Amino acid sequence: MDELTGFVTEFGYVALGLPFVAAVLAPLLTRVLKSHSTWILALAPLAAFLIFLQGVFEVADGTVHRWGFSWIPSFDIAFSFRLDGLSLVFALLVTGIGTLIILYAGGYMKGHRDQGSFYTFMLLFMGAMLGLVIADDLITMFIFWELTSITSFLLIGFDHTREKARRGAIQALVITGGGGLILLAGVIAIREFTGLNSLTAILESGDALRDSPYYAMILILILGGAFTKSAQMPFHVWLPNAMEAPTPVSAYLHSATMVKAGVYLLLRMHPALGDTTLWMTILPAFGAVTLVVGALLAVRASDIKITLAYTTVASLGLLVMLIGVSSETAIVGATLYLIAHAFFKAGLFMVAGSVDHGAHTREIDRLGGLGRHMPLTFLAAILCALSMGGVTPFIGFLAKEEIYHALEYPTAYHIAILVAAIAGNALMFAAAFIVGLQPFVGPKPAGIEHPHEGGLRIWFGPLVLGVMSCVAALYYGLYHELFSSPMASAAYGEPVAIDIGWIPHLNLAFALSCLTALLGIGLYIVSPRLRSGIASSLDAIGWGPDRGFDQLMRGLVRFSFKVTGIVQSGRLDYYMTTTVVAVVAAMLGSMWWAGAFPTVPAYPTNIHFHEYIVLGLLLVGLGAVVVAKNRLTAIVSLGIQGFATALIFLLQGAPDLAYTQFMVETLSVVILALVMTKLKLSPSDHRPLREKLPDATLAVLVGLAFGLFLLTVVQRPFDDTLSQFFERYSYAIAHGKNIVNVILVDFRSIDTMGEIGVVMVTGLAILALIRIRIAGSGRREVKSLEQS
Amino acid sequence: MNSLILRFAAPYLTALMALFSVFVLLRGHNEPGGGFIGGLIASSAFAIYGIASGVAPVRRAMVFHPVSIAGAGLFLAVISGLGGIAVGEEFLYGVWWFPTFMGTELHLSSILFFDIGVYLVVVGTITSIALGLEEKGRN
Repeated sequence: MDELTGFVTEFGYVALGLPFVAAVLAPLLTRVLKSHSTWILALAPLAAFLIFLQGVFEVADGTVHRWGFSWIPSFDIAFSFRLDGLSLVFALLVTGIGTLIILYAGGYMKGHRDQGSFYTFMLLFMGAMLGLVIADDLITMFIFWELTSITSFLLIGFDHTREKARRGAIQALVITGGGGLILLAGVIAIREFTGLNSLTAILESGDALRDSPYYAMILILILGGAFTKSAQMPFHVWLPNAMEAPTPVSAYLHSATMVKAGVYLLLRMHPALGDTTLWMTILPAFGAVTLVVGALLAVRASDIKITLAYTTVASLGLLVMLIGVSSETAIVGATLYLIAHAFFKAGLFMVAGSVDHGAHTREIDRLGGLGRHMPLTFLAAILCALSMGGVTPFIGFLAKEEIYHALEYPTAYHIAILVAAIAGNALMFAAAFIVGLQPFVGPKPAGIEHPHEGGLRIWFGPLVLGVMSCVAALYYGLYHELFSSPMASAAYGEPVAIDIGWIPHLNLAFALSCLTALLGIGLYIVSPRLRSGIASSLDAIGWGPDRGFDQLMRGLVRFSFKVTGIVQSGRLDYYMTTTVVAVVAAMLGSMWWAGAFPTVPAYPTNIHFHEYIVLGLLLVGLGAVVVAKNRLTAIVSLGIQGFATALIFLLQGAPDLAYTQFMVETLSVVILALVMTKLKLSPSDHRPLREKLPDATLAVLVGLAFGLFLLTVVQRPFDDTLSQFFERYSYAIAHGKNIVNVILVDFRSIDTMGEIGVVMVTGLAILALIRIRIAGSGRREVKSLEQS
Repeated sequence: MNSLILRFAAPYLTALMALFSVFVLLRGHNEPGGGFIGGLIASSAFAIYGIASGVAPVRRAMVFHPVSIAGAGLFLAVISGLGGIAVGEEFLYGVWWFPTFMGTELHLSSILFFDIGVYLVVVGTITSIALGLEEKGRN
């Protein structure tokens, strides 16, 4: 496992740990430095980025770095990592874009009250995402996968005073967290049925998964995780609703990270699960629908951030569709598009935030003429939009050409996918310029006052990403050699050479690119009419997965209330009766089932006189309980019986037990008496006999059951292995002569720890109950919950 | 409870019982006793004091809120468990230390602190319940 070779593996833990360390430091630094803390915090992802960058040359040569340690050997679980072309590019995107985003967040959140915790959440998410893409062991990967769900919940719900933000956060958590559980089932299925426990093992297993009789089940479970995370229809609803988060979150989660996790998983699993009929049917079907519907909804939205959110949905659809095609060029197209998308989408989201920041609105109808006032943002926006539109020389162009190359085959399968790709791309082309061009040109609407450029940190990020989109395309040779080709090779399972360049060749793919651009320009021009058209047809349908989610959640809440109403009646006597009946059934039932009723014991002859007195005391106590007119008398008489039992323990040589029995008995009498006064019970029980009779029967039954059970146990031959063990070792290795105590605090101390934990929590619960009774509003609170 | 004798005797009784509970706690490793029983004795001491003189004096006498005491006990128990890890053994492994103090060999161990943790949890929890019940009206 410890194959520590090269710079990256030596610093692998450091790179992974950096965001987490920065997350811990963030609140402190922010308290001192205000938003300027981001200058320092951004160093963490930057350092991680540089560490990973060191590995680029080796990985490009085909080296796979692995490091980690055995974590839970009994379950064969390791905390291990793997760095190949695919995970390296992802790690670079996560940390590189992460650096820009942290800086951007500093500018965007300046002056916000809780900005410190915001940076903490961002950095925690970054660490989780980084762990997810470099994890090797399946369980390690799953843990980081769920960590991204939890941290994104915190981020989306950051403005927790707004109901919409809370709803968005819960929706994201339910859908992606639920998907994570499906993924867990898939991971366990892989481990159980094939014995493969890491990605490395899976990638080296060849056809093991494809030939497994459980292939379909494993595939569907893995897809369940990937599709929910990567927002495929109809699970896409959480993504646009997550736009309630502050813009840095959207720019990060919906460009390079969170939503790409599902795509990463698909690319990762492609060599082992892909290239089958099932794979090549399900993925393109979901992907194509998501692409077209997502792109239509993008054009329909009037808020530029929502537009971007839906283009993200569409882009994810495109990626899933391409991965589903499973051919070499399709995988290459997917990887090129993935990188291009991470760049331009992060950039455009940040632009949307700047526009919001400068013009105080994101409604496209009320935006215009900002170019003169925000020249740098405009430049960044137009660069990113050109890349998104697939115009040369940008990496978006490279991706689109490769995609059309992958689909230019005259089979019905490819033509259907090609049509979806062209339609989706044209709509996304239009959306790109709606966001990247429209707010900056034309006359300035009356509503916008003093539009202004944000600070350096606001325009720096998108500008870098826009410029890099162009530079990478111009130096495509190096770009392919170092990044896209190793990534595509890892995802395809065999070395892949990519030679697509920014200089267009006159071929079918280029013709299709031109057609897409022309369609896109047409759609851009008619977009206002298109928007209202789609809006009215959506209104006509009236129902969507978003409302479906609400209905599902309402149904779930109502169902749980019904069940709770049955199980938790809130009446103490019902609970007592249920418990006692269960105890009786368990004891009598098990004796009956095992046929192990006790024989009648012989009458003991060696009972001393003083022992008879103790027995007499016991019987007197019992009799007093039964005949007592007054509840308080009954409780105290119960105490007599308990003390007599304690005396028996003492006489039989169990002083520890006797002590405890004395104390427990005293305290229970005190507490019972106090409870009685607190509950304002009448001093005596006035129920008629026929109501008392069932309780009396139960009491007799439970006594009988306990007695018989104890007799049975005592009549078994006694196995004293444990007694001998404790006798021998209590003093020898635990330095204690009181065996009972040694067992409690040393040999079985983990049990004791659990027990004192339970004692503590029970105490807290009881205290809360006492308080509720005093406040007297317990019932009303439950009701108001039900109404919401 | 309005009994003059009890009200007069309660503070002395409580002090005696509390002291005894510590004795029971400390002797527990070799003689009958231990954190659990000690805790029960101490909490009944406080319960008696509460019944005799009302809740307020008990709360003043205890200084800390009983729940905080219980929490501190749980924390102490967990921390004592880390001692084992510190010497490269399992969590909750007993670490022993036999220093000589004023001519007497002391038997100190992480186990003792664990037992003190148990004691504090029991004292805190039971006392908080008893005092909660003894309290009249709103608090």
